[in-house]
Amino acid sequence: MKRSGIKKFTFVDFIIMLIITILCLTCILPFLHVLSKSISDSSHVLAKKIYFWPKDINFEAYIAIFKDGQLTHSMLYSVLVTLIFTVLGVITTVMAAWPLSRKRLKGRTVFTFIIMFTMYFGAGLIPTYLLYSNLNLLNTMWVLILPLIFAPYNFLIMKTYFQSTVPDSLEESAYLDGASNTQILLKIVLPISKPILATIALFLAVGRWNAYEDSKFFITSKSLHMIQYLLSMMVLSVSDAEKISISEASAITTTPEVIQAAAIMFVSLPVLCIYPFVQKYFVKGVMIGAIKG
Amino acid sequence: MFKRKQNYSILANTHISWKKALKRDWELYLLLSVPLLLTIIFKYGAYPGLRIAFMNYLPAKGYEGSEWVGFETFRKVFKDRDFIIALRNSLIFNFLEVIVSFPMPIILALMLNELRFARFKKVSQTILYLPHFLSWAIIASIAYTLFRTETGLINNFLVNVGLREEGIPFLTKNIHWAATYLSIGVWAGMGWGSIIYLSAITSINEELYEAAMIDGAGRWRRMWHITLPGIKPTIITLLIMTLGRLMGSNYERLSSMGNVNVKAVQYQLAIYIYEKGLASGSGFSKAAAVGLFQSFVGLLLVLASDRFAKVLGEDGLI
Repeated sequence: MKRSGIKKFTFVDFIIMLIITILCLTCILPFLHVLSKSISDSSHVLAKKIYFWPKDINFEAYIAIFKDGQLTHSMLYSVLVTLIFTVLGVITTVMAAWPLSRKRLKGRTVFTFIIMFTMYFGAGLIPTYLLYSNLNLLNTMWVLILPLIFAPYNFLIMKTYFQSTVPDSLEESAYLDGASNTQILLKIVLPISKPILATIALFLAVGRWNAYEDSKFFITSKSLHMIQYLLSMMVLSVSDAEKISISEASAITTTPEVIQAAAIMFVSLPVLCIYPFVQKYFVKGVMIGAIKG
Repeated sequence: MFKRKQNYSILANTHISWKKALKRDWELYLLLSVPLLLTIIFKYGAYPGLRIAFMNYLPAKGYEGSEWVGFETFRKVFKDRDFIIALRNSLIFNFLEVIVSFPMPIILALMLNELRFARFKKVSQTILYLPHFLSWAIIASIAYTLFRTETGLINNFLVNVGLREEGIPFLTKNIHWAATYLSIGVWAGMGWGSIIYLSAITSINEELYEAAMIDGAGRWRRMWHITLPGIKPTIITLLIMTLGRLMGSNYERLSSMGNVNVKAVQYQLAIYIYEKGLASGSGFSKAAAVGLFQSFVGLLLVLASDRFAKVLGEDGLI
C-alpha cells in the first residue's frame, strides 16, 4: 500500500492483518466443517468429534444422494431453469437498456419511469399470486422464469453503461455511414459491451440460482422446485409434512446429520466452483450500479 | 461499408413528431416493446389485484362475487394483535440492522485499504465476498450445523473442552436468536458492502495524502481527516437508501432461520403475509392489505429519503 508512506511494518499493520484473516476464516471454516462431516464415518459425527478434518473418509452420504435421485434431478432442473432465465434475461435487458440509453428517443422519460416505478412499488405477494393464477402460470416452470427475467435494477445498470460507453457521436458517425439502428446495435454496441453483458448475465444467474421463495409460493409439484428449496426442506423444515428426506432404501448406514452435510455441500458446489472465476465481473457491476443512472 | 446518408442527423433532439420518431427509430421501439410488455403484464398486471384489500375476498367467489368493504379490512388489520407484533418486530429488526450492519462495511473497507500486501488484499477480498453468493437456504443450513444447541459445532467444542455444561441456545431462545440472526446478516453483507466504499476511497486525490504526510499526519489522522471525509457522500447516500428500506422484510432469510421456539421475534411482516394469506387461504384480503400498507409506506420512505438526500446536497436516488 503505497499510501501508507512509512514503509515500516508496524504493530497496527499486524493487528489489521490478523482481523482480516479471522474474518476470512469465518467464511472458509464453516464449509471445511460441513465438508469434513459429510465424508466422515457417522460414528465420529455422532460422537461429536469432527471439527475441520474428516475421520475415516468415505463417500456413502454422497452415494446415497445419487441413488436417491431427488437432489440430482433438481440440480439438473435448476441448472436448466437458470440457463433459460439468464439468456432471456440478458436479451430483454438489452432490448430495454439500449433504446432508452439514447437521448434522442422520443418518450424516453416516460418509458423509463414506467419501468423504474415497479422497483419502488410492488403489488405484494397476494395480488401477484392471483395474477399468476389467472395467467395459468402456477405450478409450471415458467413462473420461475418469465416474471423475473426483466429487472429494473439490471436495466438501470446496463443503461448507465451504454450511456457512458457509447457516445452519441460514435453512433451518429455510424448512422451517417448508412448503418441502420439494428446494425449499430449488433455490430458496434454489443461487441464493445461484453463486460456489462457478462456482469448482468451473472447477476441474473446468481439471483435465479439462489432465490427459492417463488418455488414455495407458486409451485406445489416437487419435481418443479429449485434445488435451494429442496435443501431448505431437507435441513430446515421442522414440520414432518414439509420435511423431505433421502429415501430409506438408499440411505443405508449413514445418519441424517451426515446426509444433511453432504446435501449442503452438494448444493453449494456449483457456486463454490464457479465463484472464484467470475467474481471480478460482479465487482465491476457494483461499481457501475453505484453511479446513478 | 454502409451507404452514406446525409439528410438528417440522429443527434436531433426529441422535439419531432411521433410519426417522424417512429419512422426514424422504429427498430428501437420494437426492441423496447418486449421488456415493456413484460413489465406491464407481470408488474402492472398485478396492481388491479390490490383491490382485494378493499374487499372481503373469498377465493371461491373470485373478484366478481366478493363484496366491497372499503377500509374495513385495514381497520381490522390495525387492530389485529398478530399484525402489531409483526410490524413491531420488522421495525425493531430493521432498525437494529441499520445500527449493527451498516457500519461494518465501512470499517472493513478502511481496514482493507490499510493492507500492505496487494496479494493478501486481493485474496482476502475474494474470500470475504463469498457469502453474498450463497442462498439463505445454504447460509441457514450451515448456521444450524454450527449453532445447534445439542449438535452444533460451537456447542460441541464448548462442551468437549469443558467450558460449558450444556450448549448455548443460539437458535432457540429469543434474544440469542436475534443476536445470531443479526450477526449472520453482518457476516453475509460486510464483504460485498465494502466494495462500494473501497471504490470511493480509490477516487480520493492522492496528493491530499502526500501533503498530509509532509505535514506529519499519522495513519489515524489521515484516515480521520482525509479518507472519511472523502467517502462521506457515499456513506450518506447509502445510509439514506437503507432508511428507505425500513419497512422491508425478507421472507427467505426469516423463514430459513426461523423455528417454533423463536416465533415471538421471527414473526415479521413477510411471515405474516405468507401465513395469513397463502398458507391459510382464508386471509387473502388481510394479507393483501398488509402488503399494500408495506409497499405504500416503503414508497413514501424512499421518496422522503430521496428528498432528504437532495436537501443535504447529495445526489438523489431516483
